[in-house]
Amino acid sequence: MSSNKETFGKTVGFVLVVCIVCATLVSFSAIQLKPLQVANKLLDQQTKILEASNLLDVAGNDIVATYNKYVEAKMIDLDSGEFIDGNTDLFDERRNSRDAAKSSKPENDLAGINRRSNTAVIYFVRDEAGTVNTVVFPVVGSGLWDLMYAYIGVEADLNTVKNVIYSDHKETPGLGAEVLNPNWKALWPGKKIYNSAGEVKARLVKGGAKAGDIHGVDGLSGATLTSNGVTNTLQFWFGKEGYATFIAKNRASLEKGEPK
Amino acid sequence: MSSDSKKVLISPIVDNNPIALQVLGICSALAVTSSMANALVMTLAVIFVTAFSNLFISMIRNMIPSSVRIIVQMAIIASLVIVVDQVLKAFSYQLSKELAVFVGLIITNCIVMGRAEAFAMKEKPGVSFLDGIGNGLGYGFILMTVAFIRELLGFGKIFGIEVLPLVQNGGWYQANGLLVLPFSSFFVIGLIIWAIRQWKPAQVEKD
Repeated sequence: MSSNKETFGKTVGFVLVVCIVCATLVSFSAIQLKPLQVANKLLDQQTKILEASNLLDVAGNDIVATYNKYVEAKMIDLDSGEFIDGNTDLFDERRNSRDAAKSSKPENDLAGINRRSNTAVIYFVRDEAGTVNTVVFPVVGSGLWDLMYAYIGVEADLNTVKNVIYSDHKETPGLGAEVLNPNWKALWPGKKIYNSAGEVKARLVKGGAKAGDIHGVDGLSGATLTSNGVTNTLQFWFGKEGYATFIAKNRASLEKGEPK
Repeated sequence: MSSDSKKVLISPIVDNNPIALQVLGICSALAVTSSMANALVMTLAVIFVTAFSNLFISMIRNMIPSSVRIIVQMAIIASLVIVVDQVLKAFSYQLSKELAVFVGLIITNCIVMGRAEAFAMKEKPGVSFLDGIGNGLGYGFILMTVAFIRELLGFGKIFGIEVLPLVQNGGWYQANGLLVLPFSSFFVIGLIIWAIRQWKPAQVEKD
């Protein structure tokens, strides 16, 4: 222990050197790994979209090629329900909903999201013949602990659910996190979002949906707040502040297999 | 390997376990032990960080001015943790999403800081490195044991593979909801500490 290592100048110098070395290490790893991280994130998103449209088995190990072959992303304006131009690769719902210029406060914030992005990217999935057979709608809404993100795959009638795939959530394991349970996900296919009057009826039913209920899916006792969150998210996003305007404008043409 | 360095490596696993004897690093042991896969990744991350922070700090231990030594230790530990987090995001996106904030919280894991201050500041780099691995292993041993108990009884699974068929999947096992929740680790860790002290009465604190 030499005494001269304690002078003010040496201390400052030493700390500076340590900081520079550490900063170099951190920025080097961040920059080197960035492309891999971006690719991973995209791969995860594409996997969920394929899962929502029942294409995961078709894809096997080649998610990217399958995605590029069958899926087309399009940007829409939620209020007008019209397609708009925009780079769908750069679209970031989370960033938009924090930007006052690109988002608005919902009048009836059922989903508990506080601000909603004005635009959305939805995914058209085609079959071998090039006819659209699934449209995947991204949704977000509050669960018990935090926002839950999901992809809802809907058939071309824009009413019949194909899959509900949660991609990001922080719900309680064993309770709310059962939204990822394959048995629960298997309850969704064939459920109708709207009734004949055009109201959103898809929901989770506490105590279990009755046999023959075309809108209801079993909720889980003990996970009431997550179940309410799922119901409210569907109510909001398929309602008039969500995709309802777009759906009303495009249902007729999509049933023929082509978006307008 | 000399018997001394072997002792440095092995003794933190049971004889001088950072969680069971020193009761350090409990916070993350609560959070990441609901599944064995998460616990394993967390263990590897902590082993990496403790080993290398011990190594680097020991290498510069004679140059660190004592007035700023904690800050210097923190800078090194934090850098290593960020690197681990970045690597995890790049190579295992799914796991990094599940572990999310807990990897970042390795920075505040008392074991890392504790070994840096108590061991690496005094000993040579090689033996400090081994001490880091040993303490990481000791942490991992408890973590994996807790995760085994919680995942088996809370989800009926081991490493995500169902061994006790659950009632909701048509089996007979009613999952224990208590063990799914983070605080149940307190009970499990308490029982482990009791078991270790029954086995090695020397660890029991004198009144």
